[in-house]
Amino acid sequence: MGNTLAEKLWQSHVVRQVEGEPDLLYIDLHLVHEVTSPQAFEGLRTAGRPVRRPDLTVATEDHNVPTTLGPVTDLVSRTQLEALKANCKEFGIVHHERGNLGQGIVHVIGPELGLTQPGMTIVCGDSHTSTHGAFGALAFGIGTSEVEHVLATQTLPLKPFKTMAINVNGTLAPGVSSKDIILAVINKIGTGGGQGYVLEYRGSAIESLSMEGRMTICNMSIEAGARAGMVAPDQTTFGYVQGRAHAPTGADWDAAVEAWTTLRTDDDAVFDAEVDIDADSLTPFVTWGTNPGQSVPLGESVPDPDTFGDEDDKGAASRALEYMGLTAGTPMRDLDIDVVFLGSCTNGRIEDLRIAAGILQGRRLADGLQMLIVPGSHAVRLQAQDEGLDKIFLDAGAEWRLAGCSMCLGMNPDQLKPEQRCASTSNRNFEGRQGAKSRTHLVSPEVAAATAIRGTLSSPADLMEGAK
Amino acid sequence: MDAFSTHTGIGVPIRRSNIDTDQIIPASYLKRVSRTGFEDGLFARWREKADFVLNQPAYAAGSVLVTGPDFGTGSSREHAVWALQQYGFRVVISARFGDIFRGNSGKAGLLCAQVSHDDAELLLKYLENEPGAEVSVDLEARQIIAGDIVTTFEVDEYTAWRLENGLDDISLTMQHDEDIAAYEGARPAYKPVVRDVKPVVPTQA
Ligand code: SF4
Repeated sequence: MGNTLAEKLWQSHVVRQVEGEPDLLYIDLHLVHEVTSPQAFEGLRTAGRPVRRPDLTVATEDHNVPTTLGPVTDLVSRTQLEALKANCKEFGIVHHERGNLGQGIVHVIGPELGLTQPGMTIVCGDSHTSTHGAFGALAFGIGTSEVEHVLATQTLPLKPFKTMAINVNGTLAPGVSSKDIILAVINKIGTGGGQGYVLEYRGSAIESLSMEGRMTICNMSIEAGARAGMVAPDQTTFGYVQGRAHAPTGADWDAAVEAWTTLRTDDDAVFDAEVDIDADSLTPFVTWGTNPGQSVPLGESVPDPDTFGDEDDKGAASRALEYMGLTAGTPMRDLDIDVVFLGSCTNGRIEDLRIAAGILQGRRLADGLQMLIVPGSHAVRLQAQDEGLDKIFLDAGAEWRLAGCSMCLGMNPDQLKPEQRCASTSNRNFEGRQGAKSRTHLVSPEVAAATAIRGTLSSPADLMEGAK
Repeated sequence: MDAFSTHTGIGVPIRRSNIDTDQIIPASYLKRVSRTGFEDGLFARWREKADFVLNQPAYAAGSVLVTGPDFGTGSSREHAVWALQQYGFRVVISARFGDIFRGNSGKAGLLCAQVSHDDAELLLKYLENEPGAEVSVDLEARQIIAGDIVTTFEVDEYTAWRLENGLDDISLTMQHDEDIAAYEGARPAYKPVVRDVKPVVPTQA
C-alpha cells in the first residue's frame, strides 16, 4: 500500500522513532512573532540554553502592531515588540520589524520571502500556520512550550496524525472563491470534524486555484479542528516559489523540483477518511453564528435553532443568534453591515486586494459604512500601491492601512464597538474576537467588497442587477 | 514542572460545548511578556456576569473544571493553560478536547481527563446540584470520584507518564542530541536557510 502526502512528509522528517513514545520530528522552519514567543525566550534564558538553529528561524511583528503611522502608543504592545527585538538580537535571529520591507503577518511573509517551500515541516506559535500547507508542506501551530522546544532543539516530539482527503471537483462559478470552498467544508464536517487529522485538499477545483486561493483554504483547516491542511505541490506551486528571495537556484533548484515532484499521495494510498465537495454547486457562503461552521449560502436565511437535530447544536445556535442579534428567518442579504474588514492571513494577499479593487473601482461605500483594508504584509502594501489599488480603495471611501493582523483578532486598536456588525474576510467569528460584543460574519473578499458598496451582505452579482 | 499523582479539589461545572481559547482567555489579556499573572484573564468576559459559576462563593476556590465537549478549541494560545493553572485548576474534565490545547496542557502539567459524554453529563449535574462538592482524580488509576460517581478517564500513556514524573520535554529531547545532529547532516542542500533579505515583490499576474 502506498503513502499519502502527509505520511511522506512525516516519514522524511523523523529523527527518532521508538515504540511507545512520540516520534521526534525535525523542523525545517520556525516562524516567530511577538505574542507567543516572549515566554519561550524567557524559558531558554532561565535554563541557559541557546537557540539551536537561528538560521532556520525568522521573526516578524504582526499580531499587535498598530496599522496606522506613528509610534506604538499602547504600552503593553510596545513591551512585547521591544521584547521580541531584544530576544532576536540576543539569540541571533533575523527579525522583520515594523517599517522593514519583510514585515507582515507571519503566514503571509513566509511564502512571500520564499521560505515556505514544498516538502518542509513548518511550525509557528499560531494556529493558522496550516496556511503553509498550501505548498505541500507539513505546517501546524504550536503552543509557547513547543516554541521553546523548537528553539532549543529544532525538533518536536509528536504523535502521527490521521489523514483525511477533501475532494473538491468541478468548477467554481464566477464570484465564488476558495473562501467559499473552505466555509462549505467546515459547514459540512463541523468545527470538530477534522480533529486529529491532516486534511489534504485535492481534485480539479483545487488544482485550478492560485497559490493564494490554496493558502486561504489551508489557512482555515484549523477551523475544522484539523492539525494541518495541505495541497500537493504542482507547477503552480513551483512557479510561485521560483525566483523568490530564499528559493533554491541553479542545480539546487533542479534537485528541489525533482524531489518536490514526488510529493503526491500514491494512487493506492488509503486515507483514514474522505469527504467530497461539489464545486459546481457552490455559491458564496457567509456565517451567521459564532463559530466558522455556523454558515449558510448567502441566498439563504438565518436558520431556526429548532431545525437542528442535535441538542448541543440547538443550544449553540440559539446562543449564537442571541449574541449576534439575529432573528431566525431573516434573509442573510437583509443584514445591515457597519464595518467591512478586508485583510488577515486568510485573505490579505495581493490577489485578495486585486479582487476587491476590481469590485470597488468607480463605486462608493454605502453611507455610514466603514471599510478597513489591511494588507497582509508590507510587500503586499507596496505592490498594491504600485498597481494603484490604494487609490481605488481611497476613492471608494475605504481606509488603507499598514500591514498587520489588525481587526482579525482585535488586539491592536482596530476593534469593533459593541454590537457593531462586521463582514470580515478573516477566519474566526468567535464571541468578542473583534472587540467586546462584536458581531462578525465571515465572508470572501468578493462578498466583502460588494457588501461595502450595498451596505448589506451582498455578492458581486447583486451589484450587476442593481444597475446603479 | 510538578509531578502529578492524585488531586482532590472543588469541582466547577461549566455546561457549554465548544469553549474556545478566546473564551478561556480573551486576546486583550495576552499582552504580557512574563509567564505569570494570567489568572485575571480567565473566562474574563463571563466573569463580568454576577451569576457566572466562578463568581459564586461555593465554586470560587475550584480546582477541577468539568465542561461540555470540545473544550479548548480555537487559537493555540498557551496562555489559556496558564490562566487555568494560575487560577488554581489542576484538572479539566471533558468529553473531547481541542488538540493543541490538550498538548499544551500536558506539557505544562494541567491534566486533561477525557470521559464519556454520559459521565461528563453526570458530573456536571452532580456539581450543579452540590455547589462546593469535591472531585478526586487519581492519575495512576485513571479514576475520578465525585460523591457516588466513580468513573474512569482517558489520557494518553506518554502524557500520563510525563505528568506522573514531572518530566520536562526539552531535557528529554536533548538526550537525543546525536540523532538530531545525524539528521541535520543528511538534510538536502536545497532547503532554505534564513537570510536577512528583502522579499522579491511578485510580478503582476
Ligand atoms: S491575521 Fe488573524 S488569524 Fe492570521 S495570524 Fe494574525 S491574528 Fe492570527
